[in-house]
Amino acid sequence: MTNHWNDIQHADAILIMGSNPAENHPISFKWVNEARTKRGAKLIVVDPRFTRSAATADIYARLRPGTDIAFLGAVINYAIEKNRIHEEYVKNYTDAAYIVNPAFQGATDLDGLFSGLTGAKYDKATWAYEMDENGIPKQDLTLQDPLCVYQLLKKHYSRYTIKKVSDITGCDAADLEAVCETYTATCKPELSGTIMYAMGTTQHTYGSQNVRAFAVLQLLLGNIGNAGGGINALRGESNVQGSTDHGALFHILTGYLKYPKANQPTLAVYNEQNTPKNKDPKSLNWWGNTPKYMASLMKAWWRDADLETAYSYLPKIDDGKNYSYLPIYSAMANGEIKGMFVWGMNPAVGAPSSKMIRKAIAQLDWMVCVDLWETETSAFWQKEAGVNPADIKTEVFLLPAASSMEKEGSISNSGRWCQWRYKAIDPVGHAEDDLWIINQIVNRTKALYAKEGGAFPDPIANLTWNYGKVGLDGKIHPPSPREVAKEINGYFIAEKEIEDKAKGEIKKFKPGDIVPSFAMLQDDGSTVCGCWVYAGSIDDKGENKMMKRDPADPTGLGMFPNWSWSWPVNRRIVYNRASVNVEGKPFSKEKPVLWWSPLKKAWLGDIPDGNGDPDAILPFIMVPHGRGMLFAAGMSDGPFPEHYEPLESVVKNTLSNSQVSPVITRWDEKAKEETCNPILAAGCIAALYGSEEAKEFPTICSTYRVSEHWQTGQMTRWIPWLNELVPNQFVEMSEEFAREHGITFGDKVKLTSARNVEGITAYAMITKRLKPFRIQGKDIHMVGITWHFGYKGLATGGNANDLTPFIGDPNTMIPEYKAFLVKVEKA
Amino acid sequence: MNISRRNFLKLAGGTLAAAGVGTGIGVQPAFALPKKVRYAQEVTTICPYCGVGCGIIAHVSNGKVINTEGDPDHPINKGALCSKGGSLYQIANNDKRNKKVLYRAPGADAWKEVEWDWALDKITANLKKTRDASFKLTNANNEVVNRCESIAAIGGAALDNEEVYALTKMNRALGLVYVEHQARI
Repeated sequence: MTNHWNDIQHADAILIMGSNPAENHPISFKWVNEARTKRGAKLIVVDPRFTRSAATADIYARLRPGTDIAFLGAVINYAIEKNRIHEEYVKNYTDAAYIVNPAFQGATDLDGLFSGLTGAKYDKATWAYEMDENGIPKQDLTLQDPLCVYQLLKKHYSRYTIKKVSDITGCDAADLEAVCETYTATCKPELSGTIMYAMGTTQHTYGSQNVRAFAVLQLLLGNIGNAGGGINALRGESNVQGSTDHGALFHILTGYLKYPKANQPTLAVYNEQNTPKNKDPKSLNWWGNTPKYMASLMKAWWRDADLETAYSYLPKIDDGKNYSYLPIYSAMANGEIKGMFVWGMNPAVGAPSSKMIRKAIAQLDWMVCVDLWETETSAFWQKEAGVNPADIKTEVFLLPAASSMEKEGSISNSGRWCQWRYKAIDPVGHAEDDLWIINQIVNRTKALYAKEGGAFPDPIANLTWNYGKVGLDGKIHPPSPREVAKEINGYFIAEKEIEDKAKGEIKKFKPGDIVPSFAMLQDDGSTVCGCWVYAGSIDDKGENKMMKRDPADPTGLGMFPNWSWSWPVNRRIVYNRASVNVEGKPFSKEKPVLWWSPLKKAWLGDIPDGNGDPDAILPFIMVPHGRGMLFAAGMSDGPFPEHYEPLESVVKNTLSNSQVSPVITRWDEKAKEETCNPILAAGCIAALYGSEEAKEFPTICSTYRVSEHWQTGQMTRWIPWLNELVPNQFVEMSEEFAREHGITFGDKVKLTSARNVEGITAYAMITKRLKPFRIQGKDIHMVGITWHFGYKGLATGGNANDLTPFIGDPNTMIPEYKAFLVKVEKA
Repeated sequence: MNISRRNFLKLAGGTLAAAGVGTGIGVQPAFALPKKVRYAQEVTTICPYCGVGCGIIAHVSNGKVINTEGDPDHPINKGALCSKGGSLYQIANNDKRNKKVLYRAPGADAWKEVEWDWALDKITANLKKTRDASFKLTNANNEVVNRCESIAAIGGAALDNEEVYALTKMNRALGLVYVEHQARI
């Protein structure tokens, strides 16, 4: 989230799209209701289903799953055509005025594609700004140059008319127009609109572009940086924000530092290639600090090694190779992966085409699962999974983990509030917390390599591990999360004098001193810092700010600066310099996030994004040029979001002849190759538009969640109270669909897909919440099913992901869970 | 942080007065709790389910969680919880929780209870054997890669920050590149 939960109360319009907070983030809805009752905010819900969020909305707009870009394209087109944009913001704070390379061609010129497509990859040479003689992008502040970003954007979305989009999405034209009118009203400088999204947005083969469409819209309306604005991802797990901050993905290190590649053999080359350059004196280009953060991380991991040696210890990934979630299972099916650690995750239910996933897991020599309960993953070898245990040679360990009340440590919520949890009781039975288990494995592995030697032991032998050491008695001591928190925050390991330019003073640090903020991190190895965005979470007296519980609210905006601690540097709303004009005056006098005091020569309110006088810096400090990007050359699939159909669709793309995204990795095509591993061949088939399979599986299916269960059910299907509330898997369908298929309420029905012809069963829930979509003159049906069920737990039921397609977004490789094809029949 | 019941009532009362009437967010007056809860130790925690981050108070007596309820002082949830957060008590008190270290041998049709020491030594030995057998110093282009592609590590979104940081540090020190978690899906 750019903003945070309490901030939703300041919105004048709330767009809930690709999420269902009333059911899946219920407490957040308090703040939606607060905005409505106190400010009269308009609530807009765009969803294929009439959810409980939709039930309270001022405007509910129904759309066919997977047509979000078309829908948002109509809103963007409306904003531009009716000049409902925040002009001052657009000109000063976005790249609207930048001139683009004349050789660039967009979807209007190339039938849904962009210039540079070769095979299934774009050469992005033409997706670039034109530079002036000083190396700064050329601008046309009148926004009239046909090559400026604004005109290119206008041209791109001119095709997304209300009529056309209504025909693509199935949304009633009047509803669509009402959404355009109501949401774009927040273009007024003093008004703000927020977007609340979740996996309904991201789980598509163009999920990243769905989010980009939000970004384009919010930038045009001037809705980023202000109170009640922003782009707000509603995170589904309690610490999925923190685990991403701490680098638990193949392509990043901690703090979103790019992961080193094989063609970056030294730290010097890594820094050279990953430190963006910028010549605009007004752009802070924050990633220019990359060498400081990287050096501090290397010192946190291998303190006694010099920086280059430490860097050489990091495993390197091949340039262009993807090691993400889907490739893990294809490598596993192919026998390339022999062992797996599973830390509180349940791929046997949660991964796409999960029947295939379980077969891939069975290829492992060993698997270690760490969890509170037995899961479908740890129990994949049991009879309930439909297999013969004797056939499965995998060695499985199930380690009992402590629950959140049985240990202490911090977690970071969607709004980046890092909150400390205290230990209430000892772990149950023989359970231990994850840190204890990690500490045991590290110390035992160190000892084993010291004793026996082995392949490249140096990174293990020399790993700095100051928590939970081996005592004189030979026992491994329990680790302290507070020691780990100190290393994450960072401290000095050498004497250092640093000039504080803002205050005009020299600060002196000695070894052991806490790093007060990431501005003090050094590139010479004199500081350690495990995750630079968390620098400042502990103050110079050693007080852990994540423990703070002071309810004071000095701005009255509900920012609670002394309740927990928010990364970065306790800033509650990021990009907040965009909430003021170039004179430092807030666009909204009523809800000012920060303001410049000429008297004090200082910013007041929230912690500003970058210091300096008003207009001294551009607000989007994380991008090299400092301006919000309407034109994003970093994307794999185009600088502007363009509508494509889901991989599995019964609808022809009528906006262009590019039916699906041209740059997705086509596992389904690999599945057809004769040499394909049989596990992958069966698990990656897809029902493409116009194919025989699509005739066999004619109904759109989407997956979702309910309040009473969580994710794969691994933490709810063992909770008696919750199982009493929702004991069974069910499939929602419209009255029209049920009538056509002779299904009555409560019937057991079977769902099958191209990947699973045996199918899964569920109880039919016939409801007015779903309606057929009128698309290109035809009625198109959809059904919806939860993905909470499996074969373990107190409540069991059909596993929805046994049906879902094995395909991902080209930027992130997130699977397309939200739109695929099934056949539904009476069981 | 351990807060006393009296202090809590005072704080809650203050919040109530400040919140006003008719906002839909004001704290409801605390109802009379059973004696055993009133005199229990209070420990603040954060809900382990979704990413809203609601505050919860766990009441502890004789080493057991005897009650959990929404933290009325917490600015986000102000005492309210959803069905899942309201069920936290049943995570601490649940006879189906994993309480022993379990091991399943190749081809076996049941779990076997084992000791931590045995399991951790076996896991470490497996890890070393697999890592050593497949460790790559260079790739096909003869670039130095120092990696182990035969072991994957997944998960982390349910761990604390300090745990997942330590996990990332361990994974990368072992040379793992197949490192992924819930944020991807």
